[in-house]
Amino acid sequence: MSQRKKFGFETRMLHAGHIPDAVTGARAVPIYQTTSYVFDDTDKAAQLFELKQYGNIYTRINNPTTAVFEERMASLEGGTGALATSSGMAAQFIVLMTLLEPGDEIVASSHLYGGTYTQFEHTMKKLSVKVHFVDPTDIKNWEKAITPKTKALYGETIGNPKGSILDLEAIAALANDKRMPLIVDNTFASPYLCRPLEYGAHIVVHSATKFIGGHGSSIGGVIVESGEFDYSHYPTIADPTAAYHKLKFFETFGHYGFLMKARAVTLRDTGGCISPFNSFLLIQGLETLSLRMDRHVQNAQAIAEFLKEHAQVEWVNYAGLTDSPYYDLAQKYTPKGPGAVFSFGLKGKSGEVRAKGKQFIEELQLFSHLANVGDARSLVIHPASTTHQQLSDEELQKAGVGPELIRLSIGLETTEDLIWDLEQAFHAISR
Amino acid sequence: MLTAEERALYQHPDDIRHLLGTAHTIAMVGLSPKSERPSNFVASYLLSEGYKVIPVNPRVDEILGQRSYPDLKSIPEKVDIVDIFRQAAACDAITDEAIEIGAKAVWQQLSIINKAAAAKASAAGLTSIVDRCIKMEHGRYNGNLHWVGMNTEIITAKKARRFF
Repeated sequence: MSQRKKFGFETRMLHAGHIPDAVTGARAVPIYQTTSYVFDDTDKAAQLFELKQYGNIYTRINNPTTAVFEERMASLEGGTGALATSSGMAAQFIVLMTLLEPGDEIVASSHLYGGTYTQFEHTMKKLSVKVHFVDPTDIKNWEKAITPKTKALYGETIGNPKGSILDLEAIAALANDKRMPLIVDNTFASPYLCRPLEYGAHIVVHSATKFIGGHGSSIGGVIVESGEFDYSHYPTIADPTAAYHKLKFFETFGHYGFLMKARAVTLRDTGGCISPFNSFLLIQGLETLSLRMDRHVQNAQAIAEFLKEHAQVEWVNYAGLTDSPYYDLAQKYTPKGPGAVFSFGLKGKSGEVRAKGKQFIEELQLFSHLANVGDARSLVIHPASTTHQQLSDEELQKAGVGPELIRLSIGLETTEDLIWDLEQAFHAISR
Repeated sequence: MLTAEERALYQHPDDIRHLLGTAHTIAMVGLSPKSERPSNFVASYLLSEGYKVIPVNPRVDEILGQRSYPDLKSIPEKVDIVDIFRQAAACDAITDEAIEIGAKAVWQQLSIINKAAAAKASAAGLTSIVDRCIKMEHGRYNGNLHWVGMNTEIITAKKARRFF
């Protein structure tokens, strides 16, 4: 028996999900900037609405350009399928809305993007969903927080403020033992540096705005599902759905059941769809993902090592440094490099260091001062003088972002130029 | 659950693609007349994709406009695929009948697993598919599932055609 050729990551970055059109032969992915699609006939239309046939209905539900982005992401993450959303925040919200009911709980790592924390802590609370946050570095913390109401575990491959690496295998094993899915935000790694589904995670979410796009031009998100989780004991996926003539999604669609429900019910009803033009731009980003990520981590490692040796630097949180507490986990889960977003602390007396941080940002010439990460350009932010400026030094320490903390997102510029820029800013603040 | 070896035997992509690309007539044993049942979804899909679907259900006369027969032997025409929507224990007798009427393949639907029946069909020269959904497999290899973001695993630089 012949075996199908398994194509490599880079080949799939360029080809997965796109077959040149039968009529035009267009080689690039066309932008289907349309809201809706003419039906073949009334019978076919009825079949589409009842989910008995797969096809395009309305761009809030699906779109041919977006479908290329979705299948490409599913291929790169090694999932059974994908669902693109208007943003990363929408992606994780749609996952939880599809999976959970009022009264359910989830256990999440406390090393999370601030926006995710707020969504979980406040918005999910309005929907009567309780989120327990745990220090992710000890599996016992996860075990202890699980109650009979817990329906999912949640973490980030590379945790946002501290650069910590999630022990995916251990947490996935716990999730499987408890018959609940592990949801992983893989934004900071991208599927090139780490594929959480290969370590047993069940659902991956991304802010595609970051490294997937790489150009900083488009907001978007995506959900990828493994197809390996048995949802038969999840009423939200297995029970009859009133809005679809009592259709049972898990029984009818099997390993596609979760994603079909997420699309046909949650995305349809919440409206968090992506624009086809943004899907197109994110596809352009994906086509160079491996090349960019190799350079991102190469630059990040060089900058982290430079800062580590610098007299004006107190500490550097990068899991690629051998003295990082996460070095071993990074070697295991992100052997090509633990991403390009990390933070460091300026040396300085308490009470003075916040002003130093502010001045440091002002002096930088090449790093862009803004609130994003994963751009091809290098980015910087000093939380104590921007996002967290209303907090006292003590409150900042408690939040894990001290007044000395500066976060960098290392881009693709010439390495020496980035070091030059940091050096001249250090020089300026030491005068 | 099938072992990796059994999956290679009973879920081989090449067999499935060849079967779906060459079959015309599919007898569906245990097809339900209820529109929300998975079997009805599958029949409706296969009809819209141009296959002739023959319901095999002794309790009804007609499903989705197609005449229903009480058993495989009563079907007056040639059947390519016998698609089974019955419990695993029923697969033995259905497989015997499928062999008798000269079907090309016996397909046990997703979550239906009768390994003895599958082995018997294979030994008689029929293609055996086990624990797979004919609609999902068709949707994957002709690209329909692509429209809802699923991973068809089709990688090609050739222009689109019916089956890959």
